[in-house]
Amino acid sequence: MAKALIVYAHPAHQRSRANRALLNRISDLHNVTVHDLYETYPDFFIDVEAEQKLLLEHDLIVIQHPVYWYNMPALLREWQDLVLEYGYAYGRKQQRLAGKYMWVVLTAGAPEHTYSDTGVNERPLSEYFLHYPRMANVCHLEMKPTFEVYHGRHSPDEDLDKTVEQYRSCLLKYLKEHPGDA
Amino acid sequence: MHEAGFLMQAFVFLAAAVIAVPIAARLGLGSVLGYLCAGAVIGPFALGLIGQDIEEVMHFAEFGVVMMLFLVGLELDPSKLWRMRVPIVGMGGLQVVITSAVIAGIALVYLDNWQHAVVVGMVLSLSSTAIVLQTLNEKGLMKNDSGQSAFAVLLFQDIAVIPMLAVLPLLAVAEVGTFSDKHNLPGYQSALMVLGAVVGIVVVGRWLSRSVFRIIAETRLREMFTATALFLVVGIALLMEHIGLSPALGTFVAGVVLANSEYRHELEAEVEPFKGLLLALFFISVGASIDFALLMENPWPILAMVGGLVLVKLVVLLILGKAFGLSSRSNAIFTFSLAQAGEFAFVLFSFAAARDVLPAYIIDPLTLVVALSMALTPLLFVINERLVLPRLRGAKASERAHDAIKEPEGKAILVGFGRFGQIVGRLLRMNGFEITVLEHDAAQVDLVRNFGHKVYYGDAARMDLLETAGIEDVDLLVLAIDDHQRMLKTIHQVKRHHPDIKILARAAGRREAAELLHAGADHIERETFDSALSMGRKALSLMGFRAYQAQRAAQLFKHHDKKSLFALSEVIEDDKKYLTVAKQHATDLEKVLKSDDQANTELDDRGWDSGS
Repeated sequence: MAKALIVYAHPAHQRSRANRALLNRISDLHNVTVHDLYETYPDFFIDVEAEQKLLLEHDLIVIQHPVYWYNMPALLREWQDLVLEYGYAYGRKQQRLAGKYMWVVLTAGAPEHTYSDTGVNERPLSEYFLHYPRMANVCHLEMKPTFEVYHGRHSPDEDLDKTVEQYRSCLLKYLKEHPGDA
Repeated sequence: MHEAGFLMQAFVFLAAAVIAVPIAARLGLGSVLGYLCAGAVIGPFALGLIGQDIEEVMHFAEFGVVMMLFLVGLELDPSKLWRMRVPIVGMGGLQVVITSAVIAGIALVYLDNWQHAVVVGMVLSLSSTAIVLQTLNEKGLMKNDSGQSAFAVLLFQDIAVIPMLAVLPLLAVAEVGTFSDKHNLPGYQSALMVLGAVVGIVVVGRWLSRSVFRIIAETRLREMFTATALFLVVGIALLMEHIGLSPALGTFVAGVVLANSEYRHELEAEVEPFKGLLLALFFISVGASIDFALLMENPWPILAMVGGLVLVKLVVLLILGKAFGLSSRSNAIFTFSLAQAGEFAFVLFSFAAARDVLPAYIIDPLTLVVALSMALTPLLFVINERLVLPRLRGAKASERAHDAIKEPEGKAILVGFGRFGQIVGRLLRMNGFEITVLEHDAAQVDLVRNFGHKVYYGDAARMDLLETAGIEDVDLLVLAIDDHQRMLKTIHQVKRHHPDIKILARAAGRREAAELLHAGADHIERETFDSALSMGRKALSLMGFRAYQAQRAAQLFKHHDKKSLFALSEVIEDDKKYLTVAKQHATDLEKVLKSDDQANTELDDRGWDSGS
């Protein structure tokens, strides 16, 4: 069976309504590993070798984080620089992650309509994260459609419940889709 | 000599120095010329205030050289020697060989047999370590190409003296046997004796001295160490004299042997004050030993010899400097600094006299030539600076700033190599920094040396010791000892003499930390603070805090604590204010902690509050 690794970065997880709900809903899945970066490396000293090994052991790499300043939290950025290095993740014939699935999960504080040409954030959220498709391409990863959660703290509970269910089913679908080790 | 004789003589020496040196320094001529003039004035040939007979003066001079060579030897750490092997062997070797050959060739014209000419050539090829190093140091030129090259040549000469002393007896001419000799040994036997003595010193220095110094160090009495250091130098000098060898050579070898010892810096510091005075004494003696009577008798031949000697040396040095790629400015300094005969010549001449290698009619005028050429050196420096250098192209300002510093020596001194200092030291060394480490516990020095750590014995509260450890050239001083008072004293001293050096100090607690900061430490670490904080952080996370939350809480705590520490250091001298400020900050911190407690969030309330 295919295995998923959720590379999760949230500096204040204890205060995140959306992310706690999302992760709670998949905690029963045995083939899903939640890798909490801020919990593992509170001092930002990343064990690169261990990280690279961990990635190799999984088939679906989920990158999940809140949106801060139209971007990712600092530790995830550091992780990207150090772990996805030349000769491992990219380089001529050196894409060791090739063939894996990549799925980005973003949680934003503002409601969805603000992320549009006419909203206060001026453009869709995906346009702020155009580097993810590039990353998938460079590393020969197969990128799945980005999962976007809006209005994280203040959305009605039933909306959040629905989102969480979607999240779980997407994850299960991708896991099923991937051929796994075989 | 009557009872007040010694004091009177000391008084005369000191008075002459105190009067002459400041005048020379004021005139920009350097201290050496001051001493030399002072010596000439009070010597037996002018005022006659000291040493009614020249023997006495020469005896003084001899011990000045002895002490100095011990220190020169201590500086010759073999690894330093190895790094400079090319200039030492190349430049130094060629200088000695070529100069010896040229002088011997000229001497052959005037002397009857070749052995005399060869001896004269060898003896006069050497330069004056004392004058040159003292002057270059004074002018801040030691780290330049010119200074390094001069040092390399002097080093080779210092070493060349050993084979010279061994060879001299072999060059004895049988028919000149009129002078008294303590030991009428055949040449080869004397040579063997030199070798034997050197080997003896090496053996004793390497294997015996360590345990002796350790026992002395454990008494923790500083004067015992001073006494031991002097005992060692005087003892070797006497021993050498007894078996008819040069005391200077003996102590020089002893110095080299001990250069590797963990007690090297301590020894240097103990001998240093004596060296200062004795070096002065030596220069005064040289001045006083100038035989003006002999000079007056036949001034022109003597002056011609001095001029010829200096000229030969200048030409040889100039060519060598060019061949080894010195810039014209560096080459000028290098050439002019080394164009004299040296104090080793006195040693070798007296050795040669005792061995009947040279007759008095050769030695006497040449001794005068040597002294005059040495006296000429400070003047040559002046000529070079005022007449030669200004004519050479090349920016003058760049001479000091940009010349390559060839010695990749440590830029930091670490004091204390116990539980605390070891961590600092290992981190610095692991990252490629060569640091000088001092530790005042002899047993600890032994212990960590066994694990391959290069550590020197020494008490850091002493400025002189820090000077010998090279504090002048470091950017950083790390104080990792646990004696608070001693650290305060060190900080005061170092900041007074070298305000640019950054000082990092280990503090026991808050009060000590505040005092150290107030004393001028640039950075302090409380020895238990970070580890306690780290444990607190671990406790927080085990009780349910997220790791990053705990990390930030600890950082915030540290930040607040540090702020109050800086505030405390400003009022440390006023006990009342200190208490007020301390209380104020305690309540402040409590307030912060309490408000957080009520809000049930982490200390830093503001971060990542977007609700995403």
